Amino acid sequence: MELFANLALGFSVALSPETLALAVAGCILGTMIGALPGLGPSNGVAILIPLAFSFGLDATHSLVLMTAVYYGAMYGGRISSILLNIPGDEPAMMTTLDGYPMAKAGRAGDALVLSGVASFVGAFLATIGLMLLAPILARVAFMFGPAEYFALYLLAFCTLGGLGSNNQAKAAISVCLGLGIAMIGVDKSTGLTRFTGGSLHLFDGVDFLVAIVGLFAVAEVFVFIESHGRDSAIGVKLEKIRIPVKDIMNSGWTMLRGTGIGFVAGLLPGAGASLGSFLAYMLEKSTARDKSTFGTGEPRGIAAPEAGNNAAAGGALVPMLTLGVPGSGTTAVLLALLMTLNITPGPLLFTERPEVVWGLIASLLIANVVLLILNVPLVRVFSRILQVPAAVLLPGVTMISFVGIYSLSGSYFDLLLMIGFGVLGYVLRKLSIPAVPVILGILLGGHMEVSLRRAMVLSDGDWTYLFASPISIGLWIAAVAGFILPLFLRPYLRTPARVTPDDDADRDRG
Amino acid sequence: MKHILKLSFAAAFSVGLSAQSFAAECIAPANPGGGWDFTCRTITKIMTDIGAYDGSIQVTNMAGGGGGLAFTHVVNERNSDADLIVAASTATATRLAQNAYSGMTADQVRFLGAIGADPGVIVVAKDSPYQNLNDLLDAVIADPSKHAFAGGSAAGGYDHLKVLMALKRKGFTDIKKVKYIGVDGDADAITQTVGGFTSAMTGDISGVVGFIKSGDVRVLASFTEERIPGFENIPTAREQGVDVIAVNWRGLYTPKNASDASYKQWTEALRKVGASSEWKEAMVANGLAPFNMVGSDFQSYVDGVIGEVRAMSVELGVMK
Repeated sequence: MELFANLALGFSVALSPETLALAVAGCILGTMIGALPGLGPSNGVAILIPLAFSFGLDATHSLVLMTAVYYGAMYGGRISSILLNIPGDEPAMMTTLDGYPMAKAGRAGDALVLSGVASFVGAFLATIGLMLLAPILARVAFMFGPAEYFALYLLAFCTLGGLGSNNQAKAAISVCLGLGIAMIGVDKSTGLTRFTGGSLHLFDGVDFLVAIVGLFAVAEVFVFIESHGRDSAIGVKLEKIRIPVKDIMNSGWTMLRGTGIGFVAGLLPGAGASLGSFLAYMLEKSTARDKSTFGTGEPRGIAAPEAGNNAAAGGALVPMLTLGVPGSGTTAVLLALLMTLNITPGPLLFTERPEVVWGLIASLLIANVVLLILNVPLVRVFSRILQVPAAVLLPGVTMISFVGIYSLSGSYFDLLLMIGFGVLGYVLRKLSIPAVPVILGILLGGHMEVSLRRAMVLSDGDWTYLFASPISIGLWIAAVAGFILPLFLRPYLRTPARVTPDDDADRDRG
Repeated sequence: MKHILKLSFAAAFSVGLSAQSFAAECIAPANPGGGWDFTCRTITKIMTDIGAYDGSIQVTNMAGGGGGLAFTHVVNERNSDADLIVAASTATATRLAQNAYSGMTADQVRFLGAIGADPGVIVVAKDSPYQNLNDLLDAVIADPSKHAFAGGSAAGGYDHLKVLMALKRKGFTDIKKVKYIGVDGDADAITQTVGGFTSAMTGDISGVVGFIKSGDVRVLASFTEERIPGFENIPTAREQGVDVIAVNWRGLYTPKNASDASYKQWTEALRKVGASSEWKEAMVANGLAPFNMVGSDFQSYVDGVIGEVRAMSVELGVMK
């Protein structure tokens, strides 16, 4: 079997003591970077690139270190989502919805272990998928033109309605805010600037990291100041940490579904991990018999997005390696690293440089196991964060976020913008409008608009172009169904939860 | 336990920040991953590796305004900083020409030199009916609504202009009818073209090397004076009677008021990098063609390009 020979080659590269040490170091560093708001996988990897050079690492070793940091950061993002209600990075946003309520209910340890396992399942299966199918899957990107991308993003927005669990209008207001913010910057279709007020700082639009840190971390500080900490989970007494076997067993299918949807989202350039975790969450919620538990600390609401975003991380490596098209911000940085190391990704990379590709795959598998091992005992360490007095912890986290953002852009303007978003986040909180859709609007709205504009250029303004391919028709049907079906199905779905083994029978509904 | 956490956080940050205490700095005016980032990282690495520069050079990413943020930062705040170099390319000149840096002009900095260029190319999918540049251009002229180009720059950017220049040489003037979609980089543009969503891709050769090797695409023409070393089977546009030269040079600029001594020191260091075998390897690996112009020659070359792009942008209607 060629596959095993390749894998053996990979492991022979990856299992040297030096490589293993790098993988472990990368995992630890990555987890910390992921956990810190304002430092996500992409800037984590970017910051560490000079380190790889100054150590004089060769191509394989640099890649091992960087991908370990990448996967580590994807794992780590959930930690602050769950403990502080501040997403460590943008794909971990969905994890705040159920993770934080669970922590507030005193089950922080359970939430962390469960999400750690879900991350492992997602990332591990996605790596296997990458290994078995990468050259075939690379072709998927060729099937997605502007019309298909537009339908895909539309699907995401159509299922948004279910996000505001108690008030859909508020979710709609929130997403419109996000879409409005996404309009700012240079319009790529015409080269003209929009809503920048002539300021160069806004030409490239609003960075979603700035928005996330502002809306979550800075807003949290404001709320904290106002309430003198009464409303904060911080300081909650921790129960003894155990492995929540029941929750893990119950969300087995959830993790698999999340992995599947996340992996596909990762394959598509531009869509990436955030879309993966979002769609995984929405799928889980829309197929659940009892939706009302979502948003209140539902374990499946943690398992789905975590499996989804980690699977997307693996999926995003496929177009990066085989097409040279980065599927996410982080893979864009990894791509740059590859180029600097004289490795040109492309359809022939798997045959031309097998030692690099298979070494990378083997070290991803190893990094994953290391991360799982690290993350379960480390839960104790991380959940101790809750015992740090909030008056110390919150300003500390915010300060680190400021440093993180500034180290990336080197621009004081972003810091001011971040405070502006903090005020916005505070106001939204007072009006009980959810902040997550704002971020989704910023993240996906720009892509959706650009896809539509490109489709219109290609078709000379003919709208039927949007429904011209089987893929886009399928996505449109799913989008319309995702929007309309919940309205009709609501009476049925309100029936009390029944735990039945055939719980995935109606999986395809939304 | 708290202390361990704090310590490890501190360690993580000192790793990220320690590099900033070094003396010299190369600003890549974009996020990591693009051409400017490559310029800074590769040139500074070789510069220190071969000893052309004594000490370390820290690479800083300053994304914003398509390079405009870094440009205004240098002009307004670092105007006499001798230890600063900034990555630049044809896109820098194009945007300066089109007044896209909020009124900043090229004479507010000092261009140092370029030591490589990414040749512009027109690429079609392997199953495309077009075998040469004239086939494609004639088809576009016959019915512009049936053909679209994908490129990595925004509308009005250099990738777009290249196509329009070529069409103009063929005597086609109704350039507003030419369909162009700006996507996220060369690789994305080629994906759209191989997928059959656009007729051709306009960009730089470095972004399509992998696809050329795998046989998924056919390069119809390169916009270079000579055929590109390593890709001798690709005809130039000029050979096919379309006289357009369009390369994306990779170079650097320095602040205007840095001392002449430091300017000289940087030009020497850049020359040494340009002559090094390490740089030649990096050029081959990244599909760059030789393009060596350092010092005052380069300054006047850039001024020439800016004049040309400005005249053309006005004529083509992509600039008021």
